[in-house]
Amino acid sequence: MTLLSVRGVSKRFGGLQAVNDLSFDVAKGSIKALIGPNGAGKTTIFNLISGSLHPDCGEIVFGGTEIQAMSSCQVAVRGMVRTFQHIRLFPKMTVLENIMVGRHVHSRAGFLAGMLNLPFTWGEEQRIREKSFEIMELLGIVPHSGTEAASLAYGQQRVVEIGRALACEPKLLMLDEPAAGLNMRETNEMGRVISRIREMGVTVLLVEHDMSLVMKISDEVVVVSYGEKIAEDRPLAIQKNREVIRVYLGDDE
Amino acid sequence: MARRYLPVAAFAGLIVAIQLATLFTGTDYHLTQLTMTAYYSLVIVGLCMLIGYAGQISLGHAGFFAIGGYLSAFLTTYNLKPHQGGFVSLLLKSGVLVARPDAYGGDLLTVHPWLACVVAILLTVIVAYLVGGPVLKLKGHYLAMATLGFGIIVYRMVLGTGFLGAADGISDVPGFPLPAGLVITGKSSARVSNYYLAWGLVILGVVLLLNLVHSRVGRALAAVHGAEDAAEAMGIPTARYKLNTFVLSAVFASLAGVLLTHYNGGIGPSEAGVMKSVRYVAIVAIGGMANLWGALSMSLVLNYLSLRGYFGTYDDAVFGVILILIMLFAPDGLLRRHLFSDLKRIVSRNPEEGAP
Repeated sequence: MTLLSVRGVSKRFGGLQAVNDLSFDVAKGSIKALIGPNGAGKTTIFNLISGSLHPDCGEIVFGGTEIQAMSSCQVAVRGMVRTFQHIRLFPKMTVLENIMVGRHVHSRAGFLAGMLNLPFTWGEEQRIREKSFEIMELLGIVPHSGTEAASLAYGQQRVVEIGRALACEPKLLMLDEPAAGLNMRETNEMGRVISRIREMGVTVLLVEHDMSLVMKISDEVVVVSYGEKIAEDRPLAIQKNREVIRVYLGDDE
Repeated sequence: MARRYLPVAAFAGLIVAIQLATLFTGTDYHLTQLTMTAYYSLVIVGLCMLIGYAGQISLGHAGFFAIGGYLSAFLTTYNLKPHQGGFVSLLLKSGVLVARPDAYGGDLLTVHPWLACVVAILLTVIVAYLVGGPVLKLKGHYLAMATLGFGIIVYRMVLGTGFLGAADGISDVPGFPLPAGLVITGKSSARVSNYYLAWGLVILGVVLLLNLVHSRVGRALAAVHGAEDAAEAMGIPTARYKLNTFVLSAVFASLAGVLLTHYNGGIGPSEAGVMKSVRYVAIVAIGGMANLWGALSMSLVLNYLSLRGYFGTYDDAVFGVILILIMLFAPDGLLRRHLFSDLKRIVSRNPEEGAP
């Protein structure tokens, strides 16, 4: 079953055709990777899907709804949550608070209820806290729960960012270069985390440069170059694809 | 929960202690300035919520204060007697008008202060939504300039409008009647009760804001402050949250304007002045931005000193200098959260820095 369907999407920035007539599907429960050389338009594609940018033409269908005109907030409410290539934690909040923000869409206390400290918010806060600890336990970051996010090591910040996204209980988790800036040990750990997330029933779409990670964990890979799809296949087949090798390593001539 | 309300109790104790101190030293005339300080503090805590927690600056909050004060003053002093027509008599029958003698023994028929207050707050909400909607799309300096522009517009409008008293402002504003025979008024016989009424209101406002800070909305606002795009990606409608906080702080300012106008018995254009807005921002800044208690205690001290005339003719200059110094040397404010740990670090680091 298809969870996300990108259909003929194009985006132009001035004279640059960043994304050109791109189409691909993401099956429910799978891990799909989006790869390509630098400047291929991967992050633009991510921004288009997650609502930070809007395509010039084409459709993006998520869970049966067209979302190409929605804001990233509306998209998140529908169950698609992303992380950022350059980590975007809330720096002065603790790890626990960062993850609690992820529960926003699953709670409802508004300005008035908050100011009056209405009784229904007490139970809600309690549940937000419990769920957040559950997620921190899953990711092994409970010892850092009271630490200010900005003072964590880079690799841990990435894990917290994923934890914050998981707190939204997304149907689709979009990871923008989850292994960027991580050493080999941290990268392997990240691979295990992503596989575990899939086992929880969350569909994953990721952009990644680390080929070994991509080949190890993804079910399918889409390769883009200059904003166009040049291949879409299983990892092993992608490794043997002549066009992909040509784009990455150059021609023989 | 107890940790949240413990400082509230301590602050209430301080307010009582100040009153007792003036009682025993026979200086209860200070309570007048302290009561005015309370109403200004109401503006400060609301603005602290906007600047410190939601991360949005406003250099136009004196404008909202003036909208509340002026509207309430106008409605409670404008004589409707000569206009006895269909609408006025309808208002009269529904009991929202009051008749009272004016200063010269004539008959006055004006809007009841409660209705005037409600109208003033409602208009503030409308104006805040209309201004905040487009303006809060701006960030940083641009937002500061746009809100400054709003403040200047309000100032020039009250200064140039005849029925708002132009440069003289509006005077002879009646007291604001409350249940149990209490009245918000500057009469010296009601000095003590007004002192407690005003500070009671401030404490109520602080409790509401503290609750908000520690709620789901408070967390979302802190997230907007920290990384707006990430907050949006977490499903937080950032534009709406910023706007609601802006309106909330405008309502605090407007209510303070209404009540202080009834307390003082009038309002003048200086209350709408740009330097008032700068003063509010300076006090929030020195209090530690995201620190309601810091802002409140700084407001208590600085407003009191200013109202007692300790800064003399340099009143506005003092607040300008405070703002500059804070921005230069302590952008997180004097009373910020980690003040003591920072001080400890500075003290323990100094010897090393001295070494070659």
